[in-house]
Amino acid sequence: MSQTTDFKKAQSAASQRKSLQRLGFIGRNLALICFATFALFPIIWMITCTFKSDAEMYNTVFRFTPTLNNYKEVLVGTDYFKAFFQNLIVAGGAVLVTMIAGVPAAYGLARYNFKNKEDIAFQILSFKFAPEILVILPVFLIFQKIGLYDTYFGLIWVYQLITMPLVIWVVRGYFEDISVEIEQAAQLDGYRWYEIFLKVLLPLVKPGLVASGLLAFIYAWNSFTFPLILSGFKIQTITITSLRYIASDSVHYGQVAVAATVAIIPEIIACLFIQKHLVRGLSFGAVKG
Amino acid sequence: MSKLNKRSGANKEINYNEVPAAIRRRPYYVVLPGLIILIGILIPFVTAIALSFTNYSFKLPTTKFVFLKNWINMFSSKDFYHALGVTLRYAIYCTGVQMILGTIVAFLLKNDNPFNRVLKVLFTFPLMVAPAIAVLVWQLMTSNSVGVLEKLLNLLGVYNFPWASSNKTAMFTVVLIDTWVNMPFVILLVQAGIQSLPKSPFEAAQVDGASAWFTLKTLTFPLLKPFMYIALLFRLMASLQEFGIIFALTKGGPGNTLMNISLTSYITGFTYQTLGKALPYLLVLWFIVNISAKFIVKRQRKLTMQAAGRE
Repeated sequence: MSQTTDFKKAQSAASQRKSLQRLGFIGRNLALICFATFALFPIIWMITCTFKSDAEMYNTVFRFTPTLNNYKEVLVGTDYFKAFFQNLIVAGGAVLVTMIAGVPAAYGLARYNFKNKEDIAFQILSFKFAPEILVILPVFLIFQKIGLYDTYFGLIWVYQLITMPLVIWVVRGYFEDISVEIEQAAQLDGYRWYEIFLKVLLPLVKPGLVASGLLAFIYAWNSFTFPLILSGFKIQTITITSLRYIASDSVHYGQVAVAATVAIIPEIIACLFIQKHLVRGLSFGAVKG
Repeated sequence: MSKLNKRSGANKEINYNEVPAAIRRRPYYVVLPGLIILIGILIPFVTAIALSFTNYSFKLPTTKFVFLKNWINMFSSKDFYHALGVTLRYAIYCTGVQMILGTIVAFLLKNDNPFNRVLKVLFTFPLMVAPAIAVLVWQLMTSNSVGVLEKLLNLLGVYNFPWASSNKTAMFTVVLIDTWVNMPFVILLVQAGIQSLPKSPFEAAQVDGASAWFTLKTLTFPLLKPFMYIALLFRLMASLQEFGIIFALTKGGPGNTLMNISLTSYITGFTYQTLGKALPYLLVLWFIVNISAKFIVKRQRKLTMQAAGRE
C-alpha cells in the first residue's frame, strides 16, 4: 500500500518537474524571441521602407507595391554615391596603414621583452578611452594650420586612433598564442627573423588579422565625430551625408531608409565573416572567446 | 705584429653572452612606427591643456593668456553642473540597463542548440550599425507620421508619443537607441564568459546537492565577474563620452535636456567659436573617464586572479 503511494508521489513529482521544465523552456524561448524582435525589427522594417513609394509610406506597414525608385534617387549620381566611395577610401586607407605599422608592433609587444613594454601597450590602449572630442578639437586647429583639414591624409591619420589600438591589442593576443618553439624551429631551418615573421607567423595569425582588420574597418566606417569636425566639402562620409537626408525638409522617408540601408548592409555581411573572432576583437583581446 | 692585432681588434675579448645591439634594439624598431603614428595625435592633447588657459577663439585675431579664467567660469556656471549631471545620468542609465538586460539574455542563450546559435549571430547585427545610422533608423521608426512605433502605440490607445521632442521622454529615447546598438556587446561578452566556465566545480556542486541559487551565487557569478567587468569597462567609458547618438538625434535638445559634457564643449567650441572655454569641460571629462577606467581595470585584474584561484 505504502509502496504504491510512494510510487505515485514520485510519479507526480517527476511530472511536476517535467511540466516546470517545459514551462521554463517556453518562457526562455519566448523571452529570446521578444529580444530578437527588438534587435532585428528596426532593420527589417527599414529595409521594407526602402521599397515603398512616398505615397504608401504613411498608410501601409508590410503590404505595398514595391518600387526601386528610392534606390535610383539616392544612388545614381548623387552626393551619397560620392560619399560612399570616399568613405571606402578613408576607412580602407586607415586599416591599411594600421596593418602595415600595427602588426609588427603587435608582434614586438607579444614576443620581445624590453623596458617599458607594458607601459607602451597600455598607452596604446588608453587612446581608445580618450574622449574623441578632446583629441579632435586641438587636432582641428593644427590641421587647419598645416593644411590637413578636409584631406584624405588627415582623416586617415586621425582614424588611426580608432583602428590602431584595436588591431595591436587583438593581434598581439594571437601572436602570444603561437608557441615560441615554432619560431625556434624556423630559426634552426635557417630562416632570418623577418622571414620567420612573414612566412611562418603571418600565415598562422591570418584569421586574427582578417577579423581585426574587418572590425577596425567597420569602426572606421562608422566613425561620426571625426569626419563631422575634420572634413568639409571635399571629403564626405556616409554617416554625415546620410544624416543630411533627414535634416533637410524633404519628406522622402524612403530615401532616408535607402541611405541607412546601403550604409548598414556591407557591415552586416562583414560581420558574418568574422563571427568566430568577434568576441575577441570587440574586447580588444581581453576575452578570448 | 702585436700592434696590428690590437688595431684590428682580433684579440679583443668577445662576450658571447651579450646580445648584439642590433638585436637588442629590434623590438623598439618594430614597435616604433605604430607608436609614432599614435604619438602624433598625442601632441594635440598637450596643446589642449595649454589652450585651456587662453582665450583662444576663431573669431579673435590674437590669443591672450587668461590664466584660470576659463576654469573658474566653468566651475561657477550652472551649465557645467547640468552637463555633468546629464553625462552621469546617461552613463548610469545606459550601462545599467545594458548590463542587466544583456546578462539576462546571455543566460537565456546558455544552452548550445541551433536556435540559440542562429540567434547569437543575429544579435550581433545592431552592433555593426553606425550609431549615427542607428539614430536615422530610429528617427524613422519613431516618426509621428510614418513611424511604425506610432502605429503600434495607436493600437494601445496612445497617440503622438513625443519621443525625442519632449524633454520628459528625450532621455528615454536616446537610452533606448544606445541600448539597441550596444546591448549585443554585453550579451556577446557575458556569453563568452558563460561558455568558458570550467565544468568540474559545477559537477561537484551538483553531486553535493547544492541548490540552483547557491550555485549561481557562489560559483557562476564570481567566475563570470571578470567578463562582466570588461563589458562594464567598455560600456561605461563609451557612454560617459557619448557624442554621436545624442548629436545626431537632437543636437542636445530639446532645450538643453541632453547637453552632456561632450556636446556642451562641442557647441561652445564650434557654434560659439570659443575654443578656450570649451577645453576645460573636456579635460574634466577626460579626468572622470581616466579615473573610472583605472578603478575598473584594477578591480578586473583582482577578480581575474581570484577566479583563477591565485589569491
